[in-house]
Amino acid sequence: MDFNYSDEQKLLIDSVERFIQDDYGFDTRRAILKSEDGFRRDLWQKFGELGWLAVPFSEEDGGLGGTAVETMIIMECFGRGLVVEPYLSTVVLAGGLLRLGGNAGQKETILPELMAGTLLAAVGYAEPTSRFNLADVSTTAEKTSGGWVLKGRKSVVLHGPMADKLIVSARTSGGQRDQAGITLFVIDAGAAGVSRQDYPTVDGLRASEIILDGVAVGEADVVGAVGEGFALLDRVIDEATAAICAEAVGAMETLHKATLEYARTRVQFGQPIGRFQVIQHRLVDMYMAYEQAKSMAIMANLKLDAAPEERRRAVSAAKVQIGKSARFIGQQAVQLHGGMGMTDELNVGHYFKRLTMIETLFGNTDFHLKRYAA
Amino acid sequence: MDLSFSAEDLAFQREVRSFIAENYPADIKARFDAGLEPHKEDFVRWQKILFEKGWVAPAWPKEYGGTGWTATQKYIFQEELGAANTPGIIPFGLSMVGPVIYTFATEEQKKRFLPGILSSDVWWCQGYSEPGSGSDLASLKTKAVRQGDKYIVNGSKTWTTMAQWADWIFCLVRTDSTVKQQEGISFLLFDMKSPGVTVRPIITLDGGHEVNECFFDNVEVPVENLIGQEGQGWTYAKFLLGHERSGIAAVARSKRGIAKLKQIANTELADGGPLIEDPDYRRKLAELEIDLTALEYTELRTLARESQGKGPGPESSILKIKGTEIQQAITELAVEAAGYYAFAFNRRAMDGANEPIIGPAATAFAAPSYFNMRKTSIYGGSNEIQKNIIAKMVLGL
Repeated sequence: MDFNYSDEQKLLIDSVERFIQDDYGFDTRRAILKSEDGFRRDLWQKFGELGWLAVPFSEEDGGLGGTAVETMIIMECFGRGLVVEPYLSTVVLAGGLLRLGGNAGQKETILPELMAGTLLAAVGYAEPTSRFNLADVSTTAEKTSGGWVLKGRKSVVLHGPMADKLIVSARTSGGQRDQAGITLFVIDAGAAGVSRQDYPTVDGLRASEIILDGVAVGEADVVGAVGEGFALLDRVIDEATAAICAEAVGAMETLHKATLEYARTRVQFGQPIGRFQVIQHRLVDMYMAYEQAKSMAIMANLKLDAAPEERRRAVSAAKVQIGKSARFIGQQAVQLHGGMGMTDELNVGHYFKRLTMIETLFGNTDFHLKRYAA
Repeated sequence: MDLSFSAEDLAFQREVRSFIAENYPADIKARFDAGLEPHKEDFVRWQKILFEKGWVAPAWPKEYGGTGWTATQKYIFQEELGAANTPGIIPFGLSMVGPVIYTFATEEQKKRFLPGILSSDVWWCQGYSEPGSGSDLASLKTKAVRQGDKYIVNGSKTWTTMAQWADWIFCLVRTDSTVKQQEGISFLLFDMKSPGVTVRPIITLDGGHEVNECFFDNVEVPVENLIGQEGQGWTYAKFLLGHERSGIAAVARSKRGIAKLKQIANTELADGGPLIEDPDYRRKLAELEIDLTALEYTELRTLARESQGKGPGPESSILKIKGTEIQQAITELAVEAAGYYAFAFNRRAMDGANEPIIGPAATAFAAPSYFNMRKTSIYGGSNEIQKNIIAKMVLGL
């Protein structure tokens, strides 16, 4: 058992932390949020040059052969800076599906560009009526002579507006909520029959409703095996869940530190409010919530390669803890900042909003409690 | 970062497991598994078995009788003891006064006291709290006045756990009332059979007798029983509390508690089905288990820091707070699972009388345990005091 970072991992931490400090200040981020694209392509290129986009891919596929720990490091640092660039969608989600299920052709054509930062991707796993159940798929894929035709709607596809490639789940057989009969397809975002409604999310990201109206795909566009997409998607969503747990830990850390600093300096009734025991104990409760969340994020990331049953329980347990901690720390950070916590000009509200969305993303606390106890 | 055990660790785990299987006395095991009130002899006999093996003091430095184990090995050892439901190591000698003695005492005192602690031939109790000094421990009033080569001790201590079984007490006493509170305290050891020592039982709300009042009426204590410097007792007292906290998470025991809860919830019926299938109960159980997993990994991270020579720091107060909250929650859920039969007060059976138990055996003592475990958030520095410690020492407030 070992809870220490390797020397290489420490270098990665330094490099991502330096980027957040030097290149991703609060004002920079606010400008990105207001921009047309909703992300900075030049910064994304920089991620590519620094090798961050190649981290989880095997050396055979041209990547750096990193483990879940490297992804955890990057996501935790991104959480501290509230990075909105499409790392989760492109590298963790789409990259994860291709890494574990992509055929040779897909890996050869898509991964090099993805790692270089010239290709962005997003994944459609949710539908208007599916809620958090990955097996609840009504989008259909009908067999044709040379491939398939997709029909349906994918909702809240994160980073959809900027994606060049989309990977979507569709039903090739079975009933609406059967795990068997789900197939994953990779399609061009600009393919005939694809239409998008783009919008901002409350936490500063961009997303799309994606309508698939007779989109023709070939046999070679299937990711993984026909009818067996669920296990692959379930695994990669677990990886992404562990990744956003780490992101939340970074955001919670920053939020707790900011609140602590505020309590030390804000004077009321003739003394810093941090002298009041009721404030001190609240900050201790936040600190404990943060430490417990961090422990669970590490645990989940280190168990991603365990047998599926153990992996699911580990990830769900972590998501429950992160969901509770994130809500508590977010709400209390706003509370202890008083009126200032309510403003758009202070970063606190922005962290709170991101944490609130993470609480829901890939299944909220109730969903994961049920999944854990199942 | 890696959660897996090395081949050596796995071999160690097998060694510990088979040692316990072969050496844990069946009669003690039966009593502990049934949840009966333990006897002094149960603890002493088990600690002696561990002592013979050289495993009774894993936290001690090797030169004083420790094991020299890695943090992972200590973790495995605790896990195995917890899983087997062996008697907990009584902390007063091995976890409290022992470390104070090997850290601050003279060579002569070490030679005199450490062997009896390791062999469990001497049972210690802790003279800290007083009727007027609970969380505000430094306000203590028990007085020790130097007369030649003796201290004359007068005053009283309370909540003294298992004092009725104790041979010796380590006691915080006031040796100087003219200086700042914390600077007038000294750390004295004395024999509980000394003339002038009286022990009176305190029966707690669960009907049990664990704690006592101790009265000292002109008790004569030789000066060679003073640990360290006169007036420095507060430093040693705080050092000791730090050690007390590090084992207090009780993760392995809580794991066993949750496993037992699951068994109970599988047999208790609600609406014709097992209670475990009741979604509300199931949800509470799942939340508790997740809370415990988080605590387990927080403890492992603390151990990892410790093995790099950092700690146990004040962040170990988290382990005390979360550990006790979870221990209490387990007993709450046991009472809930017991339903009406939680009413039956099987006190005499719990104390070992040959009496039939009313209701299912698995929940026979659920309510007394629940009431008893309320102590955990009060003792060892109440959880509110732990939060003060974190606020001051970790958050810098």
